[in-house]
Amino acid sequence: MFLLAETPALPLHTAGKYVAAAYVVVFAIVLIYVAIMAIRLGRIERDLGELLALDEDAAGRAEVQAHEALAPEAHEDPSRESAPA
Amino acid sequence: MYGKGLRALSFSTVVAVTGALTLVFFYAPLDEEQGFLQKIFYVHVPLAIIALCGFVLGALLAIAHLRTRDPRWDMRSYVVIHMSLIFALATLITGSIWAKGSWGHWWVWSEPTLVSFLIVFLLYATYQPLRFAIEDPERQARTASVFAITAGAFVPMNFIAVRLASAYLHPRVLGNTSNLPGPMALTFVVSLVAMGLLFATLCKYELTAKHTRSQLRALRRRLGALPDTPSPRRSAAPGQGVAGQRSIGARVAGGGAAP
Repeated sequence: MFLLAETPALPLHTAGKYVAAAYVVVFAIVLIYVAIMAIRLGRIERDLGELLALDEDAAGRAEVQAHEALAPEAHEDPSRESAPA
Repeated sequence: MYGKGLRALSFSTVVAVTGALTLVFFYAPLDEEQGFLQKIFYVHVPLAIIALCGFVLGALLAIAHLRTRDPRWDMRSYVVIHMSLIFALATLITGSIWAKGSWGHWWVWSEPTLVSFLIVFLLYATYQPLRFAIEDPERQARTASVFAITAGAFVPMNFIAVRLASAYLHPRVLGNTSNLPGPMALTFVVSLVAMGLLFATLCKYELTAKHTRSQLRALRRRLGALPDTPSPRRSAAPGQGVAGQRSIGARVAGGGAAP
């Protein structure tokens, strides 16, 4: 602090550049971090979309299988009726 | 799990950072010796303090990991150290800018405070390569925890050693806050709180992102879109490698994700 006291204060137009640079650096680092987080969030959203599509596919397949399982019974019933006693 | 309270924390961070910037530029008086250049103090010193505290916190979380063997503590330790490293980098850059404006040099090698901080930074810069070098996730987590504890113990020792050194250009801050006039001290404290909140928010975002990603992986595996054995991919981040995915995924599938 004693050595600093010997150096005269920089005028505002000179010091302003350094102060602005220091604050811009911190702001830029935070901004870059937020941008990286945004990219990650986009990736998570995409993954979630894929999983939802997979889930819908699985649900659709299960429905079709259920229909197929029921269908032979439905076909069998009329044949039973038409069969001679 | 990690996302709880994130909105409130983000809001308080924005308010605190805005308040700190307002105080720095509209309330704190100009320093007699350094004039406007001294405004860098309100960003540089809080960054340094938070970064060093973060390294120590990383060590404490690593101790919790070694005691419990719970990979979530390792994840927290990793994220805190990772964020502290970013804050330390910002400290070095802002410090260099201040040194250039104040002393006319970007770096002074004879200054113990600067060199010791650089040593701490370089020490922690090896943390991620160390993790990356070990493929087995459990061994990776254990080794990283031991490293974090050793390096975390080095931080306060280094700090004390530098303070015991007699000749330095770098102004002393901690312990001498009473030298600051009231408005300057208030601005400094608000800046410190703002920086602490920013650190906590960024850590929480990172943890939430990592946790969500591992939950998604677990869900994907359960839906059959991923094989039970993850593809062999080496990673420095906990839970992103081969068995790490399985262990955290299993925890997620067994615990939080299930309705």
